[in-house]
Amino acid sequence: MRIGLFITCFNDTLFPRTGKAVTALLERLGHTVVFPAEQTCCGQMHLNTGYQREAIPLVRRFARAFADLDAIVTPSASCAGTVRDHHARVAESAGDDRLATEVADIAPRVYELTEFLVDVLGVTDVGAAFPHRVTYHPTCHSLRALRLGDRPLRLLREVRGIELVDLPHADECCGFGGTFAMKNPDVSVAMGTDKLRHVLSTRAEVLCAADNSCLMHLGGLLSRLRAGTRVMHLAEILAAEEKAMSPARPHHRAPGARRTEHV
Amino acid sequence: MSGTYLGMPAFPRAARAAVADTQLRRNLEHATGTIRGRRAEVVAELDDWAELRAAGAAIKDHTLRHLDRYLVQLEEAITAAGGTVHWARDAAEANRIITDLVRETGETEVVKVKSMATQEIGLNDALAEAGIMAWETDLAELIVQLDRDRPSHILVPAIHRNRAEIREIFRRAMADVPADLSDDATALAEAARRHLRRKFLAARVAVSGVNFAVAETGTLVVLESEGNGRMCLTMPDTLISVVGIEKLVPTWADLEVFLQLLPRSSTAERMNPYTSTWTGVHPGDGPQALHVVLVDNGRTGVLADRVGRQALRCIRCSACLNVCPVYERVGGHAYGSVYPGPIGAILTPQLRGTAGPLEASLPYASTLCGACYEVCPVAIDIPEVLVHLRAKAVDAKRRRVLPTAERAAMAAAAWTLGGPRRLGMAQRAAARARRLVGRLRWPLTGWAESRDVPTPAPESFRAWWRRTRGRTE
Ligand code: SF4
Repeated sequence: MRIGLFITCFNDTLFPRTGKAVTALLERLGHTVVFPAEQTCCGQMHLNTGYQREAIPLVRRFARAFADLDAIVTPSASCAGTVRDHHARVAESAGDDRLATEVADIAPRVYELTEFLVDVLGVTDVGAAFPHRVTYHPTCHSLRALRLGDRPLRLLREVRGIELVDLPHADECCGFGGTFAMKNPDVSVAMGTDKLRHVLSTRAEVLCAADNSCLMHLGGLLSRLRAGTRVMHLAEILAAEEKAMSPARPHHRAPGARRTEHV
Repeated sequence: MSGTYLGMPAFPRAARAAVADTQLRRNLEHATGTIRGRRAEVVAELDDWAELRAAGAAIKDHTLRHLDRYLVQLEEAITAAGGTVHWARDAAEANRIITDLVRETGETEVVKVKSMATQEIGLNDALAEAGIMAWETDLAELIVQLDRDRPSHILVPAIHRNRAEIREIFRRAMADVPADLSDDATALAEAARRHLRRKFLAARVAVSGVNFAVAETGTLVVLESEGNGRMCLTMPDTLISVVGIEKLVPTWADLEVFLQLLPRSSTAERMNPYTSTWTGVHPGDGPQALHVVLVDNGRTGVLADRVGRQALRCIRCSACLNVCPVYERVGGHAYGSVYPGPIGAILTPQLRGTAGPLEASLPYASTLCGACYEVCPVAIDIPEVLVHLRAKAVDAKRRRVLPTAERAAMAAAAWTLGGPRRLGMAQRAAARARRLVGRLRWPLTGWAESRDVPTPAPESFRAWWRRTRGRTE
């Protein structure tokens, strides 16, 4: 099976360690991962903000970059949702029949990481070890667009040493919402604060999710508060092994703190 | 707070004040949390909910597609049963018709059944200008009216008030209230009941909205919990019913679907306590004059939009408000309309246009979390309509010579993402400036006020791949 990694522009630029974790994880499970260099972005930000026209070349590029792969795996529930639910409409609005065919052909082969592990590879024990207290936030796209259900939790439960705690009110949105976070900062932060109230009540050391975008929002709040809880993409937990058990560094640099490396 | 929506600021500004209102936050958290849980329970009781929901959507779509035919059928049936039908293009016309109808009776007071349509057209103010006092008889609507406030929820207009506040409002504004009124729920309800009973006994004219209008028989339908509506619908001599043209269902068999969908979605009840239906007039029984005012007020414009028209399926259950995380933090007033929450965010800009700052900001008042779509009993894909309205706003501005800052940024982003070389260049530039990015305020002001800004990685993923794995695909 030829597995292509769709890193997403956001992770590519800001959170490359998530991509490295996905690569390490799939290779540890005995698979070869390819990275089509022509890929850039699924167009989610443009589409959700109303810039449909600008998204057309991005959709075209996506279809071309991943055309000949058996499976396209991405560590982002929201980008997987964009490809599966919205690319067809973009192709239609562009009036491009060939693109519509290509998009329809590719969409079913696009998997969010936990779907790919559980549904395609049929594994839940990925041989990870992570001896920390962890809580999982199902992002809105994980929950309602992709319907990931308990796949992430089934994977996390098999991780050695992990202490997995339920997140109260887990199904409520964290308040990120893409440009919403910038256009409506007060409501966005109010929602994030309520989410954090529940996260902190679990006394978890690590908050994980299937989308770094929501984690960037919650992590940005947590680090500003010096809350003593950090965020991690769940791929990084699933990639963690016994020997490399030093705690990962925080995503966010507190202002005034000494420089922290991001890798 | 004034009773009008004129000159409302854009949503983010109104929301800023609302999220800082601690009592509002706690009231809403409690109220929406409770109703949300109860709704989920009663919906889960039905194993054919998905089919009912699909049927509800299909019936509404069919009716809207053939609205011209069904409206005429409704008019003929009402007329045949002894009622009179009036057509109103907009709010002003509807208000004029209703005011004239009340004037003809010689009355200066009317009682009202809770109605979104009359709120939408601003009927109470129009009647007041003509010297006619309209008394709200729904308990929550009465609280809002006595307080000269505005409704903040479709079903529970006073959801932003708690019992202590309601007692104060009653003591201040209700003439006949006992001096020692407590904030006990039963005592408050009793005070309202005594106050309203006098109005019902004196009223000769009532104004209602409707939940449904059945085209085949010309029957109008109201669902309610308190029974106050039933009083208004049966006791006065003249009944004026204000009907948005999207309220139609073709047949009684269709109505059956909605009588299951609506109570469970709105009040989380298997069946609401009072369902009133009336068809024309009947000598010696109930009102002897029935006027039905069919109101367009922007609806045919909405109907013309292929994506946006699904908003007209709405049966005003308010389930989408109760699950909306934005509504829960902000309440209804910031939406600047009688239709708040997710449905307001898609309906108000469509009904009123997006020339005003408030209307233009509403399609962005959502994280697109999808909770509203999941609970909507007529499957209105609210996130889809929100994004559609955003796109319409963007496209309307494309004609301008000077691009907006946002359009320039989006175009720049699209160019950067147009190929791996451009993206790689941008990533390297960002990495070089990464220490700066952490301190950036503009253009991330809204973000950085309360959240730390992530720093771009010193090496992007694609650069790492090329460095460690050599050539890519
Ligand atoms: S949009 Fe749907 S959920 Fe919201 S009030 Fe209307 S019918 Fe109810």
